[in-house]
Amino acid sequence: MKHIHTIKPASFAKILQRAGCGECQTSCQSACKTSCTVGNQICENSRINKPVVNTRA
Amino acid sequence: MIHKFSMNSMFIVMDINSGAIHTVDEMTYKLLEHAHSRADLDNTRMFLETYGGEYPEADILSAIEELKEAAGGGALFAPDIYEGYTGGKNGGIVKALCLHIAHDCNLRCKYCFAGKGAYNGERGLMSADVGRAAIDFLIERSKGRRQLEVDFFGGEPTVNFDTVKEIVSYARRREVEYEKNIRFTLTTNGVALDDSLMDYVNRHMRNVVLSADGRKSVNDRMRTTLGGGGSYDAIMPKFQKLADSRGQENYYIRGTYTRENLDFAEDVKHLADMGFRQISMEPVVAEKGADYALREEDLTELFRQYEILAEEMLKREQEGRGFNFFHFTVDLDGGPCVIKRLTGCGAGMEYLAVTPEGDLYPCHQFVGQRHFIMGNVFDGISDNGARIRKAFSACSVYAKPGCKSCWARYYCGGGCAAAAYFQSGDILSPYSLACELMRKRIECAVYINAVKVLTT
Repeated sequence: MKHIHTIKPASFAKILQRAGCGECQTSCQSACKTSCTVGNQICENSRINKPVVNTRA
Repeated sequence: MIHKFSMNSMFIVMDINSGAIHTVDEMTYKLLEHAHSRADLDNTRMFLETYGGEYPEADILSAIEELKEAAGGGALFAPDIYEGYTGGKNGGIVKALCLHIAHDCNLRCKYCFAGKGAYNGERGLMSADVGRAAIDFLIERSKGRRQLEVDFFGGEPTVNFDTVKEIVSYARRREVEYEKNIRFTLTTNGVALDDSLMDYVNRHMRNVVLSADGRKSVNDRMRTTLGGGGSYDAIMPKFQKLADSRGQENYYIRGTYTRENLDFAEDVKHLADMGFRQISMEPVVAEKGADYALREEDLTELFRQYEILAEEMLKREQEGRGFNFFHFTVDLDGGPCVIKRLTGCGAGMEYLAVTPEGDLYPCHQFVGQRHFIMGNVFDGISDNGARIRKAFSACSVYAKPGCKSCWARYYCGGGCAAAAYFQSGDILSPYSLACELMRKRIECAVYINAVKVLTT
Protein backbone atom coordinates (compact mmCIF):
# COMPACT_ATOMS: atom_id res chain seq x y z
CA MET A 1 0.00 0.00 0.00
CA LYS A 2 1.10 3.53 -0.72
CA HIS A 3 -0.34 5.43 2.22
CA ILE A 4 -0.45 2.83 5.00
CA HIS A 5 2.32 0.61 6.27
CA THR A 6 1.12 -2.00 8.73
CA ILE A 7 3.88 -2.66 11.23
CA LYS A 8 1.79 -5.04 13.29
CA PRO A 9 -1.22 -6.94 11.96
CA ALA A 10 -4.42 -7.48 13.89
CA SER A 11 -3.75 -10.08 16.56
CA PHE A 12 -5.99 -9.65 19.59
CA ALA A 13 -8.88 -11.72 18.26
CA LYS A 14 -6.43 -14.50 17.43
CA ILE A 15 -4.79 -14.55 20.84
CA LEU A 16 -8.22 -14.63 22.43
CA GLN A 17 -8.33 -18.26 21.36
CA ARG A 18 -5.47 -19.05 23.72
CA ALA A 19 -6.64 -16.74 26.44
CA GLY A 20 -6.51 -17.30 30.11
CA CYS A 21 -4.14 -20.15 30.97
CA GLY A 22 -2.86 -17.90 33.76
CA GLU A 23 0.73 -19.17 33.70
CA CYS A 24 2.23 -15.80 32.81
CA GLN A 25 4.21 -13.62 35.16
CA THR A 26 2.35 -11.39 37.57
CA SER A 27 2.90 -7.89 36.27
CA CYS A 28 4.16 -6.28 39.44
CA GLN A 29 6.67 -9.01 40.19
CA SER A 30 8.99 -8.09 37.36
CA ALA A 31 10.32 -4.64 38.07
CA CYS A 32 7.85 -1.92 38.71
CA LYS A 33 6.15 -2.60 42.05
CA THR A 34 4.35 0.72 41.76
CA SER A 35 2.53 0.78 38.44
CA CYS A 36 0.67 -1.77 36.43
CA THR A 37 1.70 -2.56 32.88
CA VAL A 38 0.62 -5.62 30.97
CA GLY A 39 1.68 -4.86 27.40
CA ASN A 40 5.27 -5.80 28.19
CA GLN A 41 4.46 -9.17 29.67
CA ILE A 42 5.38 -12.35 27.88
CA CYS A 43 2.82 -15.06 27.16
CA GLU A 44 4.03 -18.21 28.86
CA ASN A 45 2.18 -20.31 26.32
CA SER A 46 3.93 -18.74 23.37
CA ARG A 47 7.28 -18.82 25.18
CA ILE A 48 7.36 -22.52 25.80
CA ASN A 49 5.16 -23.44 22.87
CA LYS A 50 3.13 -25.92 24.81
CA PRO A 51 -0.44 -26.94 24.01
CA VAL A 52 -3.00 -24.35 25.00
CA VAL A 53 -5.16 -25.07 27.98
CA ASN A 54 -7.79 -22.62 29.12
CA THR A 55 -8.19 -23.33 32.80
CA ARG A 56 -10.80 -20.60 33.25
CA ALA A 57 -13.35 -22.17 30.97
CA MET B 1 -11.58 2.76 18.25
CA ILE B 2 -8.33 4.10 16.92
CA HIS B 3 -5.60 6.14 18.57
CA LYS B 4 -3.24 8.18 16.48
CA PHE B 5 -0.22 10.20 17.41
CA SER B 6 2.85 11.60 15.77
CA MET B 7 6.37 11.56 17.08
CA ASN B 8 9.48 12.84 15.34
CA SER B 9 7.58 13.23 12.04
CA MET B 10 6.27 9.68 12.15
CA PHE B 11 2.48 9.28 12.00
CA ILE B 12 1.22 6.25 13.88
CA VAL B 13 -2.27 4.77 14.01
CA MET B 14 -3.17 2.12 16.55
CA ASP B 15 -6.32 0.09 16.08
CA ILE B 16 -7.19 -0.56 19.68
CA ASN B 17 -9.54 -3.52 19.46
CA SER B 18 -7.56 -5.54 16.95
CA GLY B 19 -4.09 -4.65 18.22
CA ALA B 20 -3.01 -3.64 14.70
CA ILE B 21 -0.53 -0.79 14.37
CA HIS B 22 0.12 1.22 11.22
CA THR B 23 2.28 4.09 10.12
CA VAL B 24 0.63 6.40 7.61
CA ASP B 25 1.56 9.46 5.59
CA GLU B 26 0.59 12.89 6.86
CA MET B 27 -2.38 13.22 4.51
CA THR B 28 -3.89 9.91 5.63
CA TYR B 29 -3.27 10.93 9.24
CA LYS B 30 -5.31 14.07 8.63
CA LEU B 31 -8.11 12.15 6.89
CA LEU B 32 -8.43 10.02 10.00
CA GLU B 33 -9.21 13.17 12.01
CA HIS B 34 -12.63 12.89 10.41
CA ALA B 35 -13.11 9.15 10.62
CA HIS B 36 -14.42 7.68 13.83
CA SER B 37 -15.88 4.48 12.39
CA ARG B 38 -15.72 2.27 9.32
CA ALA B 39 -18.88 3.97 8.01
CA ASP B 40 -17.23 7.40 8.07
CA LEU B 41 -14.83 6.20 5.36
CA ASP B 42 -17.76 6.11 2.92
CA ASN B 43 -18.18 9.86 3.19
CA THR B 44 -15.87 10.53 0.27
CA ARG B 45 -17.42 13.90 -0.48
CA MET B 46 -16.62 15.21 2.99
CA PHE B 47 -12.96 14.17 2.67
CA LEU B 48 -12.65 15.81 -0.76
CA GLU B 49 -14.33 19.02 0.41
CA THR B 50 -12.11 19.22 3.47
CA TYR B 51 -8.75 18.31 1.94
CA GLY B 52 -9.28 18.79 -1.83
CA GLY B 53 -7.49 22.12 -1.75
CA GLU B 54 -4.53 20.67 0.10
CA TYR B 55 -3.94 17.32 -1.59
CA PRO B 56 -4.58 15.86 -5.08
CA GLU B 57 -7.99 14.21 -5.35
CA ALA B 58 -6.49 10.97 -6.64
CA ASP B 59 -4.26 10.70 -3.55
CA ILE B 60 -7.19 11.27 -1.20
CA LEU B 61 -9.26 8.64 -2.95
CA SER B 62 -6.47 6.06 -2.94
CA ALA B 63 -5.81 6.66 0.75
CA ILE B 64 -9.49 6.17 1.52
CA GLU B 65 -9.44 2.90 -0.41
CA GLU B 66 -6.45 1.73 1.61
CA LEU B 67 -8.16 2.66 4.85
CA LYS B 68 -11.25 0.72 3.75
CA GLU B 69 -9.06 -2.24 2.89
CA ALA B 70 -7.46 -2.16 6.34
CA ALA B 71 -10.89 -1.88 7.96
CA GLY B 72 -12.20 -4.74 5.82
CA GLY B 73 -9.30 -6.86 6.99
CA GLY B 74 -10.14 -6.21 10.64
CA ALA B 75 -7.15 -3.94 11.24
CA LEU B 76 -8.95 -0.60 11.52
CA PHE B 77 -12.10 0.28 13.46
CA ALA B 78 -12.38 -3.32 14.61
CA PRO B 79 -15.25 -3.92 17.04
CA ASP B 80 -14.72 -4.46 20.76
CA ILE B 81 -15.53 -8.11 21.33
CA TYR B 82 -13.81 -8.63 24.67
CA GLU B 83 -16.22 -7.45 27.33
CA GLY B 84 -17.31 -11.00 28.12
CA TYR B 85 -13.72 -12.00 28.82
CA THR B 86 -13.37 -10.17 32.09
CA GLY B 87 -11.93 -11.34 35.36
CA GLY B 88 -13.45 -12.93 38.40
CA LYS B 89 -13.40 -16.48 37.12
CA ASN B 90 -10.04 -17.81 38.17
CA GLY B 91 -11.43 -20.10 40.85
CA GLY B 92 -9.66 -18.49 43.77
CA ILE B 93 -6.20 -19.29 42.45
CA VAL B 94 -3.19 -17.55 43.99
CA LYS B 95 0.02 -17.88 42.01
CA ALA B 96 2.29 -15.11 43.23
CA LEU B 97 3.29 -13.87 46.66
CA CYS B 98 5.25 -10.84 47.72
CA LEU B 99 6.91 -11.82 50.99
CA HIS B 100 7.74 -8.92 53.28
CA ILE B 101 10.81 -10.58 54.71
CA ALA B 102 11.66 -7.53 56.79
CA HIS B 103 9.68 -4.54 57.86
CA ASP B 104 12.97 -2.87 58.52
CA CYS B 105 15.59 -1.31 56.33
CA ASN B 106 19.23 -0.29 56.36
CA LEU B 107 18.51 2.83 54.32
CA ARG B 108 16.17 5.74 55.04
CA CYS B 109 14.93 6.74 51.61
CA LYS B 110 12.86 9.88 51.87
CA TYR B 111 10.14 8.82 49.42
CA CYS B 112 9.70 5.26 50.73
CA PHE B 113 6.06 4.18 50.45
CA ALA B 114 6.88 1.56 53.04
CA GLY B 115 7.31 4.22 55.71
CA LYS B 116 11.09 3.68 55.91
CA GLY B 117 10.43 -0.04 55.90
CA ALA B 118 7.89 -0.34 58.69
CA TYR B 119 4.69 0.22 56.65
CA ASN B 120 3.20 2.43 59.32
CA GLY B 121 3.48 -0.36 61.86
CA GLU B 122 6.04 -2.00 64.05
CA ARG B 123 9.39 -2.96 62.62
CA GLY B 124 9.63 -6.72 62.32
CA LEU B 125 11.26 -9.65 60.62
CA MET B 126 9.47 -12.58 59.03
CA SER B 127 10.17 -15.91 60.73
CA ALA B 128 10.95 -19.04 58.77
CA ASP B 129 7.72 -20.54 60.12
CA VAL B 130 5.67 -17.77 58.51
CA GLY B 131 7.69 -18.11 55.31
CA ARG B 132 7.15 -21.84 55.12
CA ALA B 133 3.44 -21.41 55.79
CA ALA B 134 3.34 -18.86 52.97
CA ILE B 135 4.88 -21.42 50.59
CA ASP B 136 2.35 -24.03 51.69
CA PHE B 137 -0.48 -21.50 51.21
CA LEU B 138 0.80 -20.65 47.73
CA ILE B 139 1.16 -24.24 46.61
CA GLU B 140 -2.28 -25.16 47.91
CA ARG B 141 -4.01 -22.11 46.43
CA SER B 142 -2.22 -22.33 43.08
CA LYS B 143 -4.24 -25.46 42.27
CA GLY B 144 -3.44 -26.43 38.65
CA ARG B 145 -1.06 -23.56 37.95
CA ARG B 146 2.54 -24.64 37.54
CA GLN B 147 4.48 -21.39 37.20
CA LEU B 148 4.52 -19.66 40.59
CA GLU B 149 6.32 -16.55 41.77
CA VAL B 150 7.72 -15.46 45.10
CA ASP B 151 9.25 -12.03 45.57
CA PHE B 152 11.44 -11.35 48.58
CA PHE B 153 10.60 -7.78 49.44
CA GLY B 154 10.66 -5.41 52.35
CA GLY B 155 11.73 -3.08 53.80
CA GLU B 156 15.00 -4.64 52.87
CA PRO B 157 14.97 -8.45 52.67
CA THR B 158 18.74 -8.84 53.04
CA VAL B 159 18.55 -7.75 56.67
CA ASN B 160 16.79 -11.07 57.27
CA PHE B 161 18.50 -13.19 54.66
CA ASP B 162 18.81 -16.40 56.68
CA THR B 163 15.03 -16.59 56.54
CA VAL B 164 15.12 -16.08 52.77
CA LYS B 165 17.47 -19.04 52.49
CA GLU B 166 15.29 -21.21 54.68
CA ILE B 167 12.22 -20.34 52.63
CA VAL B 168 13.99 -21.05 49.34
CA SER B 169 15.26 -24.37 50.62
CA TYR B 170 11.79 -25.36 51.82
CA ALA B 171 10.14 -24.18 48.61
CA ARG B 172 12.57 -26.15 46.47
CA ARG B 173 11.55 -29.34 48.24
CA ARG B 174 7.87 -28.58 48.01
CA GLU B 175 7.90 -27.59 44.34
CA VAL B 176 9.33 -30.97 43.37
CA GLU B 177 6.74 -32.74 45.48
CA TYR B 178 3.87 -30.78 43.86
CA GLU B 179 5.35 -30.39 40.35
CA LYS B 180 5.51 -26.61 40.55
CA ASN B 181 8.13 -24.23 39.25
CA ILE B 182 8.69 -21.39 41.70
CA ARG B 183 10.49 -18.35 40.35
CA PHE B 184 12.13 -16.20 42.99
CA THR B 185 12.83 -12.51 42.81
CA LEU B 186 14.88 -10.48 45.27
CA THR B 187 14.33 -6.76 45.54
CA THR B 188 17.27 -5.12 47.28
CA ASN B 189 18.88 -1.78 47.97
CA GLY B 190 22.31 -3.40 47.67
CA VAL B 191 23.75 -2.26 51.00
CA ALA B 192 24.34 -5.80 52.26
CA LEU B 193 25.38 -7.35 48.95
CA ASP B 194 28.69 -9.19 49.15
CA ASP B 195 30.27 -11.96 47.09
CA SER B 196 28.64 -14.70 49.10
CA LEU B 197 25.18 -13.15 48.83
CA MET B 198 25.64 -12.49 45.11
CA ASP B 199 26.61 -16.10 44.56
CA TYR B 200 23.49 -17.25 46.38
CA VAL B 201 21.31 -14.82 44.45
CA ASN B 202 22.70 -15.98 41.13
CA ARG B 203 22.03 -19.59 41.98
CA HIS B 204 18.49 -19.15 43.27
CA MET B 205 16.88 -15.90 42.10
CA ARG B 206 15.47 -15.88 38.61
CA ASN B 207 15.14 -12.11 38.78
CA VAL B 208 16.74 -9.41 40.89
CA VAL B 209 15.48 -5.86 41.27
CA LEU B 210 18.24 -3.46 42.27
CA SER B 211 17.10 -0.13 43.66
CA ALA B 212 19.07 2.94 42.60
CA ASP B 213 17.93 6.26 41.21
CA GLY B 214 20.62 7.19 38.70
CA ARG B 215 23.04 10.08 39.03
CA LYS B 216 24.91 10.25 42.32
CA SER B 217 23.43 13.61 43.25
CA VAL B 218 19.90 12.40 42.54
CA ASN B 219 20.35 9.04 44.24
CA ASP B 220 21.96 10.48 47.34
CA ARG B 221 19.33 13.18 47.82
CA MET B 222 16.65 10.55 48.38
CA ARG B 223 18.38 7.28 49.13
CA THR B 224 20.19 8.04 52.35
CA THR B 225 21.93 5.90 54.93
CA LEU B 226 20.89 5.68 58.58
CA GLY B 227 23.43 8.41 59.27
CA GLY B 228 21.99 10.67 56.58
CA GLY B 229 24.75 10.22 54.00
CA GLY B 230 24.35 9.14 50.40
CA SER B 231 24.26 5.47 49.39
CA TYR B 232 25.49 5.71 45.78
CA ASP B 233 29.18 5.01 46.34
CA ALA B 234 28.47 1.98 48.50
CA ILE B 235 25.93 0.29 46.26
CA MET B 236 26.78 1.09 42.67
CA PRO B 237 29.96 -1.02 42.30
CA LYS B 238 28.11 -3.97 43.82
CA PHE B 239 25.19 -3.55 41.45
CA GLN B 240 27.55 -3.39 38.49
CA LYS B 241 29.28 -6.56 39.63
CA LEU B 242 26.00 -8.39 40.17
CA ALA B 243 24.54 -7.31 36.82
CA ASP B 244 27.69 -8.44 35.02
CA SER B 245 27.75 -11.71 36.90
CA ARG B 246 24.24 -12.40 35.58
CA GLY B 247 25.32 -11.72 32.02
CA GLN B 248 23.34 -8.47 32.04
CA GLU B 249 20.10 -10.45 32.00
CA ASN B 250 17.35 -11.44 34.42
CA TYR B 251 17.58 -8.34 36.56
CA TYR B 252 16.40 -4.74 36.57
CA ILE B 253 18.08 -1.75 38.05
CA ARG B 254 15.06 0.18 39.16
CA GLY B 255 14.94 3.82 40.04
CA THR B 256 12.31 6.25 41.20
CA TYR B 257 12.02 9.74 39.80
CA THR B 258 10.39 12.59 41.67
CA ARG B 259 9.63 16.27 41.19
CA GLU B 260 13.23 16.88 42.24
CA ASN B 261 14.61 15.20 39.11
CA LEU B 262 12.11 15.87 36.38
CA ASP B 263 15.00 15.41 33.94
CA PHE B 264 14.95 11.71 34.77
CA ALA B 265 16.04 10.69 31.25
CA GLU B 266 19.50 11.80 32.38
CA ASP B 267 19.31 9.29 35.21
CA VAL B 268 18.36 6.48 32.86
CA LYS B 269 21.21 7.49 30.57
CA HIS B 270 23.55 7.52 33.55
CA LEU B 271 22.55 3.98 34.49
CA ALA B 272 23.12 2.89 30.90
CA ASP B 273 26.51 4.66 30.93
CA MET B 274 27.37 2.68 34.04
CA GLY B 275 26.91 -0.50 32.02
CA PHE B 276 23.41 -1.54 33.05
CA ARG B 277 21.34 -3.04 30.25
CA GLN B 278 18.03 -3.69 32.04
CA ILE B 279 16.65 -0.46 33.42
CA SER B 280 13.38 0.64 34.96
CA MET B 281 12.57 4.13 36.21
CA GLU B 282 9.27 4.68 37.96
CA PRO B 283 7.34 7.81 38.87
CA VAL B 284 7.33 8.27 42.63
CA VAL B 285 4.43 7.11 44.78
CA ALA B 286 3.96 10.00 47.15
CA GLU B 287 1.46 11.35 49.61
CA LYS B 288 -0.57 14.25 48.35
CA GLY B 289 1.20 17.49 49.09
CA ALA B 290 4.69 16.04 49.45
CA ASP B 291 7.32 18.42 48.05
CA TYR B 292 8.70 15.74 45.77
CA ALA B 293 5.29 14.50 44.53
CA LEU B 294 4.69 14.82 40.79
CA ARG B 295 2.06 17.34 39.72
CA GLU B 296 -0.15 17.76 36.67
CA GLU B 297 1.89 20.82 35.70
CA ASP B 298 4.99 18.60 35.39
CA LEU B 299 3.48 16.46 32.64
CA THR B 300 4.77 18.48 29.69
CA GLU B 301 8.34 18.09 30.88
CA LEU B 302 7.86 14.44 31.80
CA PHE B 303 6.48 13.69 28.33
CA ARG B 304 9.50 15.43 26.83
CA GLN B 305 11.80 13.30 28.95
CA TYR B 306 10.18 10.08 27.74
CA GLU B 307 10.62 11.24 24.15
CA ILE B 308 14.28 12.07 24.81
CA LEU B 309 14.68 8.62 26.27
CA ALA B 310 13.04 6.93 23.28
CA GLU B 311 15.36 8.69 20.84
CA GLU B 312 18.37 7.94 23.02
CA MET B 313 17.50 4.25 23.12
CA LEU B 314 17.23 4.09 19.35
CA LYS B 315 20.51 5.96 18.95
CA ARG B 316 22.38 3.72 21.36
CA GLU B 317 20.97 0.59 19.78
CA GLN B 318 22.29 1.72 16.41
CA GLU B 319 25.65 2.31 18.04
CA GLY B 320 25.66 -1.22 19.42
CA ARG B 321 25.22 -0.19 23.05
CA GLY B 322 21.48 -0.52 23.45
CA PHE B 323 19.60 -1.13 26.67
CA ASN B 324 16.09 -2.15 27.68
CA PHE B 325 13.77 0.22 29.45
CA PHE B 326 11.03 -1.65 31.30
CA HIS B 327 8.13 0.58 30.26
CA PHE B 328 9.19 0.80 26.64
CA THR B 329 9.24 -2.95 26.27
CA VAL B 330 6.07 -3.96 24.47
CA ASP B 331 5.79 -7.25 22.65
CA LEU B 332 3.95 -6.30 19.49
CA ASP B 333 4.26 -9.74 17.94
CA GLY B 334 2.23 -11.46 20.60
CA GLY B 335 2.31 -10.38 24.17
CA PRO B 336 -0.17 -11.35 26.80
CA CYS B 337 -3.61 -12.71 26.08
CA VAL B 338 -6.70 -10.57 26.22
CA ILE B 339 -7.73 -11.75 29.69
CA LYS B 340 -4.38 -10.58 31.03
CA ARG B 341 -4.84 -7.28 29.25
CA LEU B 342 -8.30 -6.84 30.74
CA THR B 343 -7.56 -7.83 34.31
CA GLY B 344 -4.17 -6.24 34.85
CA CYS B 345 -1.82 -6.98 37.68
CA GLY B 346 -3.88 -9.57 39.54
CA ALA B 347 -3.59 -7.85 42.94
CA GLY B 348 -6.06 -9.14 45.48
CA MET B 349 -6.65 -12.25 43.42
CA GLU B 350 -3.72 -14.22 42.05
CA TYR B 351 -1.13 -11.92 43.63
CA LEU B 352 -1.02 -11.24 47.38
CA ALA B 353 1.44 -9.75 49.83
CA VAL B 354 2.44 -11.38 53.12
CA THR B 355 3.61 -9.37 56.14
CA PRO B 356 6.27 -10.55 58.59
CA GLU B 357 3.41 -11.70 60.85
CA GLY B 358 1.79 -13.68 58.03
CA ASP B 359 -1.11 -11.36 57.29
CA LEU B 360 -2.32 -11.34 53.69
CA TYR B 361 -2.93 -8.11 51.78
CA PRO B 362 -4.07 -7.47 48.19
CA CYS B 363 -0.57 -6.27 47.31
CA HIS B 364 2.56 -4.82 48.87
CA GLN B 365 1.29 -1.26 48.58
CA PHE B 366 -1.80 -1.97 50.69
CA VAL B 367 0.25 -3.37 53.56
CA GLY B 368 -0.41 -1.38 56.71
CA GLN B 369 -3.98 -0.47 55.67
CA ARG B 370 -5.41 -2.90 58.17
CA HIS B 371 -8.94 -2.95 56.78
CA PHE B 372 -7.39 -4.60 53.71
CA ILE B 373 -6.15 -7.64 55.65
CA MET B 374 -7.45 -10.65 53.73
CA GLY B 375 -6.53 -13.36 56.21
CA ASN B 376 -3.22 -14.98 57.04
CA VAL B 377 -0.99 -17.73 55.74
CA PHE B 378 -1.93 -20.11 58.54
CA ASP B 379 -5.72 -19.86 58.36
CA GLY B 380 -6.14 -18.82 54.73
CA ILE B 381 -8.48 -16.23 53.26
CA SER B 382 -10.92 -14.76 55.80
CA ASP B 383 -14.51 -13.65 55.19
CA ASN B 384 -13.21 -10.10 54.87
CA GLY B 385 -10.59 -11.42 52.47
CA ALA B 386 -13.27 -13.04 50.34
CA ARG B 387 -15.10 -9.70 50.14
CA ILE B 388 -11.91 -7.89 49.19
CA ARG B 389 -11.11 -10.54 46.65
CA LYS B 390 -14.53 -10.14 45.10
CA ALA B 391 -14.00 -6.39 44.80
CA PHE B 392 -10.61 -6.87 43.12
CA SER B 393 -11.88 -9.61 40.83
CA ALA B 394 -14.46 -7.19 39.47
CA CYS B 395 -11.65 -4.79 38.69
CA SER B 396 -11.38 -5.30 34.93
CA VAL B 397 -10.93 -2.40 32.54
CA TYR B 398 -14.63 -2.63 31.71
CA ALA B 399 -15.54 -1.97 35.33
CA LYS B 400 -13.65 1.32 35.31
CA PRO B 401 -15.38 4.14 33.48
CA GLY B 402 -12.07 5.88 32.84
CA CYS B 403 -10.55 2.75 31.31
CA LYS B 404 -13.44 1.54 29.23
CA SER B 405 -13.03 4.41 26.81
CA CYS B 406 -9.24 4.71 27.07
CA TRP B 407 -7.18 3.69 24.03
CA ALA B 408 -4.39 2.38 26.26
CA ARG B 409 -6.51 -0.12 28.15
CA TYR B 410 -5.11 -3.27 26.54
CA TYR B 411 -1.50 -2.19 27.15
CA CYS B 412 -1.97 -0.90 30.67
CA GLY B 413 -4.49 -3.34 32.10
CA GLY B 414 -6.35 -0.77 34.14
CA GLY B 415 -3.60 0.82 36.18
CA CYS B 416 -2.44 0.30 39.73
CA ALA B 417 -5.28 -0.40 42.18
CA ALA B 418 -3.23 0.91 45.08
CA ALA B 419 -2.48 4.19 43.31
CA ALA B 420 -6.18 4.50 42.54
CA TYR B 421 -7.17 3.81 46.13
CA PHE B 422 -4.69 6.20 47.68
CA GLN B 423 -5.63 9.02 45.34
CA SER B 424 -9.40 8.63 45.22
CA GLY B 425 -10.39 6.07 47.84
CA ASP B 426 -11.71 3.82 45.10
CA ILE B 427 -9.78 1.01 43.38
CA LEU B 428 -11.97 1.54 40.31
CA SER B 429 -10.89 5.16 39.77
CA PRO B 430 -7.39 5.13 38.29
CA TYR B 431 -4.95 7.87 39.26
CA SER B 432 -5.16 10.31 36.36
CA LEU B 433 -1.55 11.49 36.47
CA ALA B 434 -0.34 7.89 36.32
CA CYS B 435 -2.69 7.32 33.37
CA GLU B 436 -1.17 10.24 31.50
CA LEU B 437 2.33 8.88 32.03
CA MET B 438 1.25 5.39 31.07
CA ARG B 439 -0.24 6.59 27.79
CA LYS B 440 2.91 8.51 26.95
CA ARG B 441 5.12 5.51 27.70
CA ILE B 442 3.01 3.29 25.47
CA GLU B 443 3.23 5.80 22.64
CA CYS B 444 7.00 5.87 23.00
CA ALA B 445 7.17 2.07 23.09
CA VAL B 446 5.08 1.79 19.94
CA TYR B 447 7.16 4.51 18.26
CA ILE B 448 10.40 2.66 19.04
CA ASN B 449 8.95 -0.53 17.61
CA ALA B 450 7.75 1.28 14.50
CA VAL B 451 11.17 2.80 13.87
CA LYS B 452 12.81 -0.58 14.27
CA VAL B 453 10.37 -2.25 11.87
CA LEU B 454 10.82 0.46 9.27
CA THR B 455 14.60 0.47 9.46
CA THR B 456 15.23 -3.27 9.34
